[in-house]
Amino acid sequence: MADDMLKSGNLPENPERATLEGRNKFLGFWFFLGGETVLFASLFGTYLALRNSTVDGPSSQELFGLGLVFLMTVILLTSSLTSVYAMYHMKNNDFKKMQLWLGITVVLGLAFLGLEIYEFVHYVHDYEFGYTTSAFSTAFYTLVGFHGAHVAFGLAWIISLMVRNAKRGLNLYNAPKFYVASLYWHFIDVVWVFIFTVVYLMGVVL
Amino acid sequence: MVNTNSSNQKKHFYKKKHRDQMKHQVLTFAMMIAFTIIAFGLAMADVSPMFTVPIILILAAVQVLFQLYYFMHMNEEGHQWPSVMIYSGIFAAFLTILALTTIVWW
Repeated sequence: MADDMLKSGNLPENPERATLEGRNKFLGFWFFLGGETVLFASLFGTYLALRNSTVDGPSSQELFGLGLVFLMTVILLTSSLTSVYAMYHMKNNDFKKMQLWLGITVVLGLAFLGLEIYEFVHYVHDYEFGYTTSAFSTAFYTLVGFHGAHVAFGLAWIISLMVRNAKRGLNLYNAPKFYVASLYWHFIDVVWVFIFTVVYLMGVVL
Repeated sequence: MVNTNSSNQKKHFYKKKHRDQMKHQVLTFAMMIAFTIIAFGLAMADVSPMFTVPIILILAAVQVLFQLYYFMHMNEEGHQWPSVMIYSGIFAAFLTILALTTIVWW
């Protein structure tokens, strides 16, 4: 019975939590997300305190363009939905469709990352807004860049899972891995919601 | 196989359940997009920051709750410990931001 369930085609409900290992991964990952929340809070707090310390460099009102940020927000939000679709197909034990939706998520994530790199290059070259220009620039690049690094890491993670398990199919061993990676991807979007609100929108308004 | 019929019924039941969950998630997504558009619209409109800032922060908080409870499945059973952990994180995050913005970088 237990041996049978390890093979694809006969997965139980919630395959990500069906084994002890899966449950531990699930729990441990939420613990990690609690820690990540505090980590990002320290960067947000620093940014909020230093956002007006621009010295002679450009201010947030001069820099930010909401068009690009809106596009990035919609792309990342959509990629969050596509990874929900991937988990939907995982629960229905449809490995091919799960891989397809994860692939779409990866493409959207790459688009987001490309736009962010374009944005940073644009600031550095057209506004001379470097990492050491002002306390504001350092706080900005550290916060937003840290989020961008999370996106890059999440992409590498999802791609490795897709490649490593391409021929294995879905089973109780790798279902928790896919599930946890999708949680990470949603968390990246959670952080972005606060970045576009606190950094970009408040940067334009205040 | 004696229990083929009952296992088919079970499969059918779960498929329907997953489909219903998916409907909620697509609805959540539509609301999150709507909230995003409202927030960007408010920031671009000529409204007092004293009004805009609290509203967009509330919109962000609601979006995050949608994300946690629907996209990250915290509304499903077996999520007591995840809730404890994420809310402890949020509590510590709140204290961190409060300290950094009021006393540390003064």
